[in-house]
Amino acid sequence: MAYVAVKGGERAIDNAHAWLAEERRGDLGISAIGLAQITEQLGRSVDRVMAEGSVYDTDLAALAIKQSQGDLIEAAFLLRAYRTTLPRFAIAEPVDTANMLIRRRISAVYKDLPGGQILGPTYDYTHRLLDFALAAGTVPPPAAEAIAPEAAMPRVADILGQEGLIEAHTDDGREPGDLTREPLRFPATRDVRLQALARGDEGFLLAMGYSTQRGYGGSHPFVGELRVGDCNIEITPPEIGFAIDIGDVMLTECALVNQFAGSKTVPPQFTSGYGLTFGHAERKAMGMALVDRAMRAEELGEDANAPAQNIEFMLYHSDNIEATGFVEHLKLPHYVDFQSELETIRRMRAETGQ
Amino acid sequence: MAVLARAKLAQITALVADVAPLPSHVVLRGPENGLVMLRGRAGGAGGRFNLGEMTVTRCTVRNADGYVGHAYIQGREKPLAALAAALDAALQDPARHDGLQTAVITPLANAQAAARAAIARRAAATKVDFFTLSTMRS
Repeated sequence: MAYVAVKGGERAIDNAHAWLAEERRGDLGISAIGLAQITEQLGRSVDRVMAEGSVYDTDLAALAIKQSQGDLIEAAFLLRAYRTTLPRFAIAEPVDTANMLIRRRISAVYKDLPGGQILGPTYDYTHRLLDFALAAGTVPPPAAEAIAPEAAMPRVADILGQEGLIEAHTDDGREPGDLTREPLRFPATRDVRLQALARGDEGFLLAMGYSTQRGYGGSHPFVGELRVGDCNIEITPPEIGFAIDIGDVMLTECALVNQFAGSKTVPPQFTSGYGLTFGHAERKAMGMALVDRAMRAEELGEDANAPAQNIEFMLYHSDNIEATGFVEHLKLPHYVDFQSELETIRRMRAETGQ
Repeated sequence: MAVLARAKLAQITALVADVAPLPSHVVLRGPENGLVMLRGRAGGAGGRFNLGEMTVTRCTVRNADGYVGHAYIQGREKPLAALAAALDAALQDPARHDGLQTAVITPLANAQAAARAAIARRAAATKVDFFTLSTMRS
């Protein structure tokens, strides 16, 4: 077997990247897009890149989006690569979603729940007609305001929990696994699954969640609650010795309420699927909650035959950075591999006299 | 720290300009960028899981009066973390605490509370008022 050329192409690569940079900038007669414009006006893209890049930083996500010409998977990849250059200072206390600053909060199971249905800045109920006034640059009027009630907005899961109608969630105090430190191992516990899903591909979670609704592992979900808002982040650095509040992150939380017939040891009760993701990302949070519940099938003694219930299948294919790496590597030279396949085919044909 | 972590560098600088100059300080650590792993709870109240990371900048200073100040602030803005650490040190000095609290921290806290209240008012305006059959009959 002879070696094929393994060097060369540097000039072509340099020139290709120069053309890419020029194409990325586009027509010089049109102003360059600024990062602040991306964070302010393309917020949902920024949210998706932060979630799948698994780093909450709106400015970095905006830069990644600009650098990738709006290719959000490429942008998430850039963010994942960047995070490896930074040391980890601390691990935060779990976010307290019950006390978030609510921007949106709806429930599909309780009409008159405490705190009410808060629609927030939603695309629901829009007619999905292209808005040509927006193309013309119309400035919208200021949003309406109303007196904000002081009353708390309890989580629907906590309301159901008071009656004991939904499975109780308790913290067993176990230190959660961390995919950024340890490779994925099976059987994967729910903490590791939730971490993988939180940074999983929105399209994958949407499609797999949809598959459960269509009968591939269905578990009759209701949206117990969907809430979007700001949670403060607390850490306790050893040199300070007490918890300090270091900023806010916007999160979307989806708590599904699912049927469960009960078992020999557990009375009939509702179970839950859970989604939590960076930014305002309802589709992602709902997809995550659907597949989280589907992956609990075996734990809850249900049949686990559908793709979304197959934990290994789900976790090995939810990460778009890994997926894109393996799919796109097929573009790289496989000259030697192919040469050997070619010779094999020729030999086989010669042996059969064709 | 919660207030300084949410403030813009320009806002703090403008307020600090109106008070007695902060004592000089030496930087003991940083300012340096890093990450904090954020966590959630399964189902919202159950076992903890790692949600994803957030960028954070930290800084530690010791000022000329001997006070050590720390700052951990969301984002990657080093001058902000350095100024917050210097303020944290100065705020520990009883002779400066009340003046800084009144001139710097309170106005920032008020502005942040107002911004949160504005979000709450907008959310309240999107609250659904259901017209149920019983209310239509009455």
